[in-house]
Amino acid sequence: MSGTDLREVFFQECEDLLEALQDGLRQMDTPDHDPETVHAVFRAVHSIKGGAGAFGLDALVDFAHRFETAMDRVRAGDLAADPEVMHVFHRAGDHLADLVVLTRTGKQAGRAGDARLLAEIDALAGPPEESAEGLDFQPLALDLGPLPGLPASPEGAADTGLDAGPDTGPDTGPDAGLDAGPRTALGAASPLPDSLTDTPADPPTDPPAPPGATRWRIAFAPTAALYTAGNDPALLFRALERLGPLRVEADATALPPLAALDPMAPCLHWRLELTTDAPADEIAAVFEFVEGLCGLEITADSAETDAATDMAAGPEHGPEHGPEHGPEHGPEHGGGEAAPAGADPRGALSPAPATAPADPASPGNSPANNTAHNTAGSEDAARAPRSSAAASDAAPAPQPTIRVNLDRVDRLINLVGELVIKEAMLSQSIARLGLPPESGMTTGLDGLKQLAGEIQEGVMAIRAQPVKSMFQRMFRIVREAAEATGKQVRLEVQGDQTEVDKTVIERLVDPLTHMIRNAVDHGLEDPDTRLAAGKPAQGRVVLSAAHRSGRVMIEVSDDGAGVNRDKVRALAETRGLIPPGADLSASEIDNLLFLPGFSSKDTVSALSGRGVGLDVVKSEIHALGGRVTIASTPGAGTTFSVSLPLTLAVLEGMVVEVAGQTMVIPITAIQETLQPGTATVHPLGSGERVLISRGAPVPLIDLGATLGYRAAPAALDDHVLVVLQVDAGRRCAVVVDRIHDQRQVVIKSLESNYGRVEGVAAATILGDGRIALIIDPDEIVARGGGRLPGDLSLAAMG
Amino acid sequence: MTLRVLAIDDSRTIRSLLDAALSDAGFEVHLAEDGRQGLDRLAETDPHVVITDINMPVLDGFGFIEAARRDHPDRPVPILVLTTESSPALKDRARRAGATGWIVKPFDEARLIGAIERVAVV
Repeated sequence: MSGTDLREVFFQECEDLLEALQDGLRQMDTPDHDPETVHAVFRAVHSIKGGAGAFGLDALVDFAHRFETAMDRVRAGDLAADPEVMHVFHRAGDHLADLVVLTRTGKQAGRAGDARLLAEIDALAGPPEESAEGLDFQPLALDLGPLPGLPASPEGAADTGLDAGPDTGPDTGPDAGLDAGPRTALGAASPLPDSLTDTPADPPTDPPAPPGATRWRIAFAPTAALYTAGNDPALLFRALERLGPLRVEADATALPPLAALDPMAPCLHWRLELTTDAPADEIAAVFEFVEGLCGLEITADSAETDAATDMAAGPEHGPEHGPEHGPEHGPEHGGGEAAPAGADPRGALSPAPATAPADPASPGNSPANNTAHNTAGSEDAARAPRSSAAASDAAPAPQPTIRVNLDRVDRLINLVGELVIKEAMLSQSIARLGLPPESGMTTGLDGLKQLAGEIQEGVMAIRAQPVKSMFQRMFRIVREAAEATGKQVRLEVQGDQTEVDKTVIERLVDPLTHMIRNAVDHGLEDPDTRLAAGKPAQGRVVLSAAHRSGRVMIEVSDDGAGVNRDKVRALAETRGLIPPGADLSASEIDNLLFLPGFSSKDTVSALSGRGVGLDVVKSEIHALGGRVTIASTPGAGTTFSVSLPLTLAVLEGMVVEVAGQTMVIPITAIQETLQPGTATVHPLGSGERVLISRGAPVPLIDLGATLGYRAAPAALDDHVLVVLQVDAGRRCAVVVDRIHDQRQVVIKSLESNYGRVEGVAAATILGDGRIALIIDPDEIVARGGGRLPGDLSLAAMG
Repeated sequence: MTLRVLAIDDSRTIRSLLDAALSDAGFEVHLAEDGRQGLDRLAETDPHVVITDINMPVLDGFGFIEAARRDHPDRPVPILVLTTESSPALKDRARRAGATGWIVKPFDEARLIGAIERVAVV
């Protein structure tokens, strides 16, 4: 996986984490939330920080860290998550989401208004901890208290242990008189046994340290905990060896006779002598992991280096305390003798080659230990199902998921579309044979049809996603809208598990955002007005989603004052959208809101006043094959209802015939169909005609002529008129020859295979194998409008 | 012999990073998403080294280490803790749980391998 891919993994994970974060924060708003919620929120922020750190995204790390620190105080019970605190957290969550987006798009710059939020979150985080870094990099030796009585050199017993060499093994230890040695039980801070420390050595035999290098003496006495924590002294010695020549001497004085040996007790201590020009903290760093798990004394052999005074925890040692060993006791003897008796007596008891790189005595690699572990492992495996069950009791395990490239899914959807078409073609051919219904062919075909339908549904479901992620974004919209307008708003979400095609969801975000803002801005009253009207000060906006008869219904409703129809009507008249005194029903007045040019700076506040009206919402939803309607009750509120197709891959269409061609008109664009005899058609000269539909003139165009199949028919007697209505209420009546039926068709893009054709949105393949073009109502209506004389401009057609 | 490393982290990002870095280094990598899964993988894969995050759902890193030490007293596998904090308190707590050492995030590949080298024969 490349770095870019990994970054993408991070940002995808961020999406999930931010969702979990928002979820958690909202749960924290409720009084009886699960205490685990706080942990989940903390983890989400923490994971974002961790991942961001891995990619060096410092701005993200910095903010996540502040956020996390504040959240940690809640977690620890130091900070109560009261509404004020939660308010800051919500905004911090929003800011974090922004930062992720900015970082992802490469614009890592801070946002205006950061400073206030940062100050607030830092105030919650409390005073900064004492510099962790400072402590972290403190030289190790300073953390260890001075170990009492620790001159530098080993005594004879230690020498004996080492001199015995590999061939004599630890089992000879007791015979060598080591029994006599002290049996100090070592705690983490226990002093090293005297036997290690009190014998003066013979300085002249010491090889002089090379110029610039210092000779360090290290007394190392592991405790049992060092081994149980998985450490291996041999590895420490090896790490030291990388710094320079190392001499290792094992002190086996504490080793009891074999019969008395406690396999878990640490019996060996070591004296090390390291000659290196590495700084003191590098030596200390080798012991970083075992700090506190061993007696450790690191002293510079020579007082001439500054480091010596830094590192020496014990008394000053002169060079005369150097060990007396000759070069034959050099580093090559070290590792092999350094068997960690406490952790692995078997390893310690078997003679180990002194310099083997894969030290069999090391606990992690001993075959004997592996065997032992495997046994434990199988016990563990036997226990596993029970623990899994316990885990699933504790928290419902999430359904396992895989991530699939969208292209693959789309290819599959395409193929299933083909399958459905082929099945329909086959059905038609077989139907023509006139077989009896009980024939094997007919029943087999029915089964095939059902299967094909189920496969289609199943595949479509792959592209479907819960609307939850989209709905979640609306909490923030409401929060910000409430803040901007000074209103109090609570957003309630229902049916957020309802699944819709991914593309539909993506393209629904903008219109939904607009409707939500609209609900807060225009729908809800300010707190005083609400109180005066006997409502609670806090307004309520409900966002819901549900499946209804093969479509998705999304509703945004508020408990505000409802549409002020007198005002809307007056505005529409002022703008010339309706004739003065027009006879309009309540619902028609409400729907005026969707007209282009209705909203203006007079009616929209700074919040939703972005030059975008509800007409844009309507056209965006139309583009998705959806419809939006409004219902309002004065004093009780307004509801916007959006009806959407489950998928963009199939379309509900009316199959019509035009000049011998079969065509499909999307059902969402059809307002009504008329027999010409029942409709009033007026000629306008120059061959143009208008239809009077619902009291308004509608341009009439012949689909066959528009698409170039024929000249427009002079008489309409044999034809059918289909009134199309597209966004913003613009209409147009098209002349078709015949209506076949209404059905679902699989959309096939023309553009990817052929090219863009004006007036045609896409194509489909019908059951009989014929290709039918799906017309684009928007373009047809636009074309009809373009042919209209100026005095019948679109704006005049309410 | 290929060194087996078990990496436990609830973050998909960190798991991917660890997987990439450790695989590049020639290790056999096993992954787990939380401490509970980590215990299962530990038993199944018998790793030479374990790297674990602390903050995880279901069973956190401390819980994992304690359980691992309790379940396998005779086989103290080196366990490295991945931590964003380098605070002594956190290290101390990891240590008390039985951790072998720690890797401070963000880590680069060299530091990661370096930490593994310190606790296992690479």
